[in-house]
Amino acid sequence: MRQALTLYRSSVGKKALMAVSGILLAGFVLAHMLGNLKMFQGPEAMDGYAVFLKELGYPVLPEYGVLWIARIALLAAVGIHALAAFQLWQKSRAARGAAYRKEDSQVFSYASRTMRWGGVIILLFVVYHILHFTTGTVHSDFEYASVYRNVVIGFQSVPVSLFYLVAVGALALHLYHGLWSVFSTLGVQNPKVTRIRRPLAAGLSILLFVGYAAVPVGVMAGILTLP
Amino acid sequence: MDLTLHVWRQETSSASGSFQTYKAAGVSDSMSFLDMLDLVNERITRDGGDPIAFEHDCREGICGSCGMVINGIAHGPHKMTTACQLHMRSFSDGDEIWIEPWRAKAFPVLKDLVVERAAFDRIIQAGGYISVRTGSAPDANAIAVPKPDADLAFDAAACIGCGACVAACPNASAMLFTAAKAAHLSYVPQGQTERLGRAAAMVMTHDEEGFGNCTNHGACQEVCPKGISVNYISRLNRDLLKATLTGISVG
Ligand code: HEM
Ligand code: SF4
Ligand code: FES
Repeated sequence: MRQALTLYRSSVGKKALMAVSGILLAGFVLAHMLGNLKMFQGPEAMDGYAVFLKELGYPVLPEYGVLWIARIALLAAVGIHALAAFQLWQKSRAARGAAYRKEDSQVFSYASRTMRWGGVIILLFVVYHILHFTTGTVHSDFEYASVYRNVVIGFQSVPVSLFYLVAVGALALHLYHGLWSVFSTLGVQNPKVTRIRRPLAAGLSILLFVGYAAVPVGVMAGILTLP
Repeated sequence: MDLTLHVWRQETSSASGSFQTYKAAGVSDSMSFLDMLDLVNERITRDGGDPIAFEHDCREGICGSCGMVINGIAHGPHKMTTACQLHMRSFSDGDEIWIEPWRAKAFPVLKDLVVERAAFDRIIQAGGYISVRTGSAPDANAIAVPKPDADLAFDAAACIGCGACVAACPNASAMLFTAAKAAHLSYVPQGQTERLGRAAAMVMTHDEEGFGNCTNHGACQEVCPKGISVNYISRLNRDLLKATLTGISVG
């Protein structure tokens, strides 16, 4: 704990905590994406998968046990990640002082320039997404535990589907820079590893985008329908 | 060639500055950027005005004093070149050129294009040295250094402390400079004893001086006149994390 606090004091340490929490979140979004693809297996598979997650660890743990452990860990990761991002953002903004009259920013990639606002979009999306498919608060016709049905009805609204596509696009862009950046942040030096970091980050972000986009696109294209 | 310059003019660090427009007439291709400014200054002086202040010393790309942002790029459009080594053949007749000082809170403007880079000195004082007894020079070959390590140390040691990395960084971070000044020691045996403590002390001083946080854009490497690689930043990060996790004082 003391070491974690010391780590948090330096800019590099804050960034390392962002990197570690970012990797955890990236692992989650990858698993979540794979889970979503159960939609293409039909209502039984999808709803069964949801039940499987609820009962994971039962009877050693109570029902929802693993689910809540994961939720708390993810919440903590998002909290650390966003707090450090916000504090470093403030520091960097103050560090520039007066702005340049003319700035030639051709050397930055679009992804690296949009990490902060992109992150804010992702955060807002996550809140909306939970209210949409987990609690059903903003869903037009939500039925508890009918996951397949809720998703199909949810994505039959074109604006909702388009918003999901924009959000997963923002996520892919964030990880295109983020998963590349973590290697520097954590000081990985091995040339065998650093050689593959660009293709790895690019490949994973494309994979995530395609995997996440498949479900709303599948509904809009009429491939995924109500039984 | 004839050029139009928009130059940042600021009396003192506390004064508020503004851009002034000057004509630079009769500039030749083979002049350096600083020669061109000298030419403009001669005319300003002849007309009884206050010449544009800019810092310079060696005029051969080794002292690091001449930095300025030229058309939005630190040290101007030519890669791996300081402003003093930039030649006017990089521009064409009729060009408009915006000239600004480095913009960073840790580099206050002293006058016009001259900034105070003492924050860099304090980062070096915090750990950019090795503790040895001085006296007669030791035998140069007494400690063997593997050739690849020696090359990497030399590449890092090429940093001239000009500050272009800070000027170009969207976060005004000085991590490229700090990393270079740590790496030229951390690749050689003499630099091992104090290695982790050095990384910690230099990064903490970097933060305290008000530089921003590196987000791995790579803008610094792009403008660095000495081609310092961002890989050194990764090495410094590693040393800092190791220092923290092994409980070495971070100041
Ligand atoms: C599912 C959610 C998220 C994932 C998977 C994720 C992942 C990552 C990863 C892997 C990094 C790289 C860390 C490094 O540079 O070493 C990163 C960096 C970053 N993230 Fe996130 N992040 C997420 C959400 C957010 C949110 C909500 C914010 C904003 C509040 C945010 C802002 C940032 C910023 C500012 C950086 C540093 C950018 C840089 O290195 O240039 N992220 N993220
Ligand atoms: S790292 Fe390059 S740009 Fe930065 S101070 Fe050193 S020489 Fe100048
Ligand atoms: S005047 Fe010395 S580097 Fe330009």
